[in-house]
Amino acid sequence: MDQEKLREWEYKCIQEEPPECAAACPIHVDARLFVKEMARGDREAAYKVLAKTMPFPGILGRICDHPCESKCKRGEVEEPIAIGLLERSCVEQAAGKGRIQVLSRREQRIAVLGGGFAGLVAAWDLLKKGFKVTVFEGSGRLGGSLWELPEGLLPREVLCDELATLEALKAEIRLDQQLDAAAFEAICREFDALFIDRESLAGVALPLALEDDGMLAVDAATGATDRGGVFAGGGTGTRGAYAPVSEALQGRKGALSIERFIQKAQMGAGRENEGPFQTRLFTSTEGVEPEPRVAPSDAAGGFSDEEARAEASRCIQCECMECVKVCLYLERYQGYPKKYARQVFNNDGVIFGAAHTKNQFVNSCSGCGLCETVCPNNFNMGDLCHEARRTMNEHKFMPASFHEFALQDLEHSRGERFALGRHEPGREQSAWLYFPSCQLCATSPGEVDSSYRYLRRELSGGVGMLLGCCGAPAYWAGRDDLFREALGEVRSAWQKLGSPKVVTACSTCQSIFSEHLPEMESVSLWKIVEEKGLPASNCCCEGAGKSLSISDPCITRHDPQTRQSVRRIVRQLGYAIDELPLSGDKPECCGYGGLMFNANPKLAKDVIGHRAAQKKPAESAIAQKPVTPPGGWYRTRAMQDRDTVYYRTQVSGNDYLAYCAMCRDNLAAAGKRVSHLVELLFPQVAGGDPAARGWISWSERRANRGRVRGAVLRELGEEGVVTRPDHEKIVLRIAPEVLRRIDERRILEDDVKKVIYHAERSGKRLQDLKTGCLRASLQCENVTFWVDYTSGADGFTVHNAYCHRMKIVGIKK
Amino acid sequence: MSQTDEAKGWSCAGCGRELEIVKVGFSYLKGNFEVELPACTGCGQVLVSEELANGKMADAERILEDK
Repeated sequence: MDQEKLREWEYKCIQEEPPECAAACPIHVDARLFVKEMARGDREAAYKVLAKTMPFPGILGRICDHPCESKCKRGEVEEPIAIGLLERSCVEQAAGKGRIQVLSRREQRIAVLGGGFAGLVAAWDLLKKGFKVTVFEGSGRLGGSLWELPEGLLPREVLCDELATLEALKAEIRLDQQLDAAAFEAICREFDALFIDRESLAGVALPLALEDDGMLAVDAATGATDRGGVFAGGGTGTRGAYAPVSEALQGRKGALSIERFIQKAQMGAGRENEGPFQTRLFTSTEGVEPEPRVAPSDAAGGFSDEEARAEASRCIQCECMECVKVCLYLERYQGYPKKYARQVFNNDGVIFGAAHTKNQFVNSCSGCGLCETVCPNNFNMGDLCHEARRTMNEHKFMPASFHEFALQDLEHSRGERFALGRHEPGREQSAWLYFPSCQLCATSPGEVDSSYRYLRRELSGGVGMLLGCCGAPAYWAGRDDLFREALGEVRSAWQKLGSPKVVTACSTCQSIFSEHLPEMESVSLWKIVEEKGLPASNCCCEGAGKSLSISDPCITRHDPQTRQSVRRIVRQLGYAIDELPLSGDKPECCGYGGLMFNANPKLAKDVIGHRAAQKKPAESAIAQKPVTPPGGWYRTRAMQDRDTVYYRTQVSGNDYLAYCAMCRDNLAAAGKRVSHLVELLFPQVAGGDPAARGWISWSERRANRGRVRGAVLRELGEEGVVTRPDHEKIVLRIAPEVLRRIDERRILEDDVKKVIYHAERSGKRLQDLKTGCLRASLQCENVTFWVDYTSGADGFTVHNAYCHRMKIVGIKK
Repeated sequence: MSQTDEAKGWSCAGCGRELEIVKVGFSYLKGNFEVELPACTGCGQVLVSEELANGKMADAERILEDK
């Protein structure tokens, strides 16, 4: 990824964009943070937030006309947050003003003509910038129309006190000045630049261009008049309602322009968002409960402490987080895509020496695309991660552990134990070719056989069989080389059978083929069933009166036709469909996609647990570490609501129906009652309960692939020649709980056999002196497997197995 | 259980020796380590417990994978 690409990614994520209140504020006070501090009851911190941006916080905090409130997102639910009243409450009770930071002194002398609020703000900012400032005021006091405000709103004492700040900042104040054209010319000669307060100098004839209403004409973006070095602003009251915060903006604008004028810098550069602008931030108000605005019990006196806290607590702390709300992966790493893009970029960029601290992160995304669907800007984390994985492979810093198990499974599907391409028995050519997929064969071999027979009955011209892998795991791993190889094998086998039309029973294969083998025409098994009718053997009688929830595979997000086909079939089978909230174009992944299950098994387990809605992830990030980005506390509340919002109990109580083999197996492993569509259409046992089938081991899955292959060959009268190494002859006895445990550790029965075979032949074993149990280990490629076992007359009993990837170099003598 | 206690519970079935605590070298990705573990000084068989494999070793593997 290069810098430019990074910028593109970063721009897409709007989480860091300012909230509506701050964007609407002419001087961009961070009202979200201010209100947050007020909600925490920390007035001092709240005051600091105001003082960071506000000139004369003691004045403006009391009198601001708060245009922020009209944009407040809470206002979409009921009344906006009373930001104005909260500011007033804060500055009225703030303990001290705090120090005002002044930059290093500069030599240039700036004159401010007129002590109205705009002029005062210009003076304030210029003093802070280090300039020598002289304020010329026609009357006997600074402040202009500020003196006309009611005492209750802006007490005279406060006003005097705040105005005294200018003197403290070493401004020279000249009161009772004759401000006319002659004085103006004299000041122009004496000073390096000028700011004119239009309110104070209204009606004074100056040799400067005017607007129709007699006000000094200024450039809206910079406040520049038609004379170089002379800037002006203020006077909102002349044209309409007196708007203190707009006066402040114009004074501030003038001060910045003067600084640029002095520095001879680009006057207009980077000032697009000066003043109110439309933020790009999206904030959903879905699920925000109406809470009425707190009314101060003492209307004139403003909020009490308690009232201020209560009112501030109504703030929803605007942020986007749409993707993070629906994705456990994005949530788990405690950031959001903009942050992640930068991290991925850093991880990519450092090839040698420094740390690749985001390797697992990059490889934990399922690539399901849900983020893109819910993102107002279509940010797709999967695309970002996929690209990064390719870079990791290319630059050889991809740890093998992240994908090795899945890629070995792919090798199995490509190998002699499974891969096969044949015409229909008794035929020399095929008009159709069934590609049931490696994973469906792994979980439902009998149903694959029945569905093949169905296709042969219903379709004319011969239906061949192609067993293999579409290469999806290699694609997800960012292994383009391996992906091309696997897909190339499918292509040549298909061509060898006469390039027939392909019937797929896996949405991932379907998607891979249509994207990467467009010349190969393919159609889903479900579409065929819909067209040709339900198979006679279906269990439609089972469905009558029952309802189930369809768990769409994430890969069908952009495939509404398949989703609809499946729903029509399910209804034909007699079931009522109770839709899951995250279905249709919003399904989550089951944890297999993108090989998340391999690179981050713990996360994958939580993801599927979430999807199965059995319970909340036991050790979720929420429980462990409360996150506190802007609005953290609100976000946490939204997260905690998620399970109840998205997974209503009446829905999660249903059996699920999957039409992706991995979804079925992963949901079943999470303890959810779930069946695969193929099991309803082509049941192996009449009146059975496929949803009760439950968990299946990786070893069994491989054996099942062999069963499908064997069945095809048997019908053709062929012998499947498979070379079986000696260790396979070992007979194992494994209790179900042990099998489940070692399967979760991704240890195959075949691995166990290799270890025992080696131990028994070499004699290299350790013995537990108490139990007599043997323990042996063997390094097979990158993994060292350990097995605890005892031998008996009828084979070996396996008590436990575990593994590690760290290599034992040997003992040091 | 301490390393010594663990060593006492096992013997090398091939050599018939008791296990002793010795330094064992490990390597993973770009890292090399030495750990004191029970092992047979005759044939060099090492005892890695389940606790060690799933605990500290797994943690170290994870850290090295993100380096």
